[in-house]
Amino acid sequence: MRYIDEYRDRGITQKLIKKMLNIVSDYSSPIVLMEVCGTHTMSIFRSGLRNYLPDNIRLISGPGCPVCVTPNSYLDKAIAYARKDDVIIVTFGDMIRVPGSSSNLEKEKSTGRQVRVVYSCLDALSIAQDNPDKKVIFLGVGFETTVPTLAATIKIAKEKKIRNFFVFSGHKVIPPAMQALVKERSPHIDGFICPGHVSTIIGSKPYEFIVRDYHVPCVIAGFEPVDVTQAIFMLAQQIVEKKSPVVEIQYSRSVKEEGNRKALDLMEEVFESEDSNWRGLGIIPESGLKIKQAFSDFDAELSIEVEVEMTKEDKGCICGAILRGIKTPLDCVLFKKQCRPENPIGACMVSSEGTCAAYFKYGK
Amino acid sequence: MLVWFHQRVPALLILSMENKEKILLAHGSGGSLMHDLIEKLFKKSFGNEILNELSDSALIKSLPAEGHDLCFTTDSYTVSPLFFPGGDIGKLAVCGTINDLAVMGAQPLYLSCAFLIEEGLDYDILERLTKSIAQTARQEKVKIATGDFKVVEKNNLDKLFINTSGIGIRHAGVKIHKETIAPGDKIIINGSIGEHGLAILAARGDFDFQSTINSDCASLSGMIAKIIQVSRGIKFMRDPTRGGLATTLNEIVLGSNFGIRIFENNIPIKEEVRAACEILGFDPLYIANEGKVVVIVAEKDVEVILDVMRRDALGGESQIIGKVVKEPKQKVLLQTRIAGTRILDMLTAEQFPRIC
Repeated sequence: MRYIDEYRDRGITQKLIKKMLNIVSDYSSPIVLMEVCGTHTMSIFRSGLRNYLPDNIRLISGPGCPVCVTPNSYLDKAIAYARKDDVIIVTFGDMIRVPGSSSNLEKEKSTGRQVRVVYSCLDALSIAQDNPDKKVIFLGVGFETTVPTLAATIKIAKEKKIRNFFVFSGHKVIPPAMQALVKERSPHIDGFICPGHVSTIIGSKPYEFIVRDYHVPCVIAGFEPVDVTQAIFMLAQQIVEKKSPVVEIQYSRSVKEEGNRKALDLMEEVFESEDSNWRGLGIIPESGLKIKQAFSDFDAELSIEVEVEMTKEDKGCICGAILRGIKTPLDCVLFKKQCRPENPIGACMVSSEGTCAAYFKYGK
Repeated sequence: MLVWFHQRVPALLILSMENKEKILLAHGSGGSLMHDLIEKLFKKSFGNEILNELSDSALIKSLPAEGHDLCFTTDSYTVSPLFFPGGDIGKLAVCGTINDLAVMGAQPLYLSCAFLIEEGLDYDILERLTKSIAQTARQEKVKIATGDFKVVEKNNLDKLFINTSGIGIRHAGVKIHKETIAPGDKIIINGSIGEHGLAILAARGDFDFQSTINSDCASLSGMIAKIIQVSRGIKFMRDPTRGGLATTLNEIVLGSNFGIRIFENNIPIKEEVRAACEILGFDPLYIANEGKVVVIVAEKDVEVILDVMRRDALGGESQIIGKVVKEPKQKVLLQTRIAGTRILDMLTAEQFPRIC
């Protein structure tokens, strides 16, 4: 497959690793790099890249899995909506198995509640048009990658006067979460492998404050083995050569410095920032997105009343610490015992980008 | 097994609102509508000397059993949509059960065929599926020896389910068994993976993607018979259906004293399948196949078996995809494209399209 196979090439990967070994072999301290995005975590495991990395490069996984960082309270509310007779919940697939305090959407579906999985939020709009007597609620979970298309969908709904389409927004944006991590200095992070899809929308500028204020180098990376290897090499180079840190774009076939202006305009037209609660990281200022006043008719939380059960957290689950990169799934007593993909206790085991799912699937 | 008779639901005639003939509860009630259906549809399509007796169970007078073992299997089929690119539930129900016999090294001989139908199904759907079953069985030289037909009230099942059981015979000299597998054996697959699952997904229309991918639904019995004829070096066979190739390989190592090493670069995957998987976030190794077989063979016989497989219509793209190894036991290791190694685990839950 063109534009994919080239980036899975064994020869190129090996060459990059050799170059990497050359520059880090004399470097005395360990280099800790965080792959912010869950898709990177999966790609690294899936390709077996870890086997090749120099011993002093350590990769830790970050909070960039939208499903994983969505807190229980959001899920409880989504489940409460699903239990209303006149509601159809529409969601991306990853969400349906994530446990809330006492249930999940898959279980609700099995008791006859209407929960539908779609691949595009535009499909949710069609479902609303086909079911005029139902309230169709789309679960807006995701980062900057998926927000523009949802913004466009909300605009279409407004133009077409579709009154039974709603969005329950749990959207989050990435840079404030990275700031929260470097501010806390735990774990220690020498460099960020920044998300490729998010950056395709937002560009490289939103990371500049991280190199300027916190002196942590950033490289925006694609998702294939060659991409990730090259990004690690670029970060190692910045760290070893002790240059003043910069934001570099490895994923230049997709990411521009200024991002995607059209997508950003759409996002800004429909959404505005608000403080948001992240699983594991707590409330981070200006890290969430809510629907603006002009489109508030489509805001599920403003339009549909619902009674939500008291949120409970599972005491044994350490998803929070894993999302901050402080612990790995191997530190969790539930991992591979009570918590397995078929019976997940925490969100990180559910999502296809979750760190626990990656360790479970590939990490033995 | 009762043949076409079984009263469970009360006769209730529902007139179709459209002009189309519908399957009614009465069709399954043992009355005249059912007899009409048996005569006009089933006997006509499936008819053979055993079925035509319409006795309470099929009487098979002469099984060529001397020096042979019997293989007996059953499987139920439910798929939405009933018709999909490359096949339909009828063809699937025949091929699936035939394949379960064939991978044991058996020659399939007789099938049972039971329909469970939701009241209100268009008659012509049943007719088309019956013809598809009859045609596939005829091609594969198996007889539908017995059957059953039930209609349940609307909304009590999704359109139509089929159960088929199959009987086959295996020459007592054929020693296909997991216990014969040993380190050094080679693992062959007869072609590209992931097509059935993706064809169904595309046909279902839940996701707005169109594809030219056809299901690989096919009977493997002919090809398998040919390789059994040329070699006694076949150790084990299994068709990687639900859960895909990765799950089948894991089933093979489960409880064994060997492991399997697979080479990602050698696994045949069609370009369209790879592309669709990239977009949807699926792993083709976990997607269902309906016309594929994993064959584990002694190293000395690998060339002769590959040669025969490659000359068969269903084996043109046959490949050695891996080998049996001593360590690590009970694990499947995948050597990735960049020559990294990782564990290839069993499918733990249904794959879902990802968020981003």
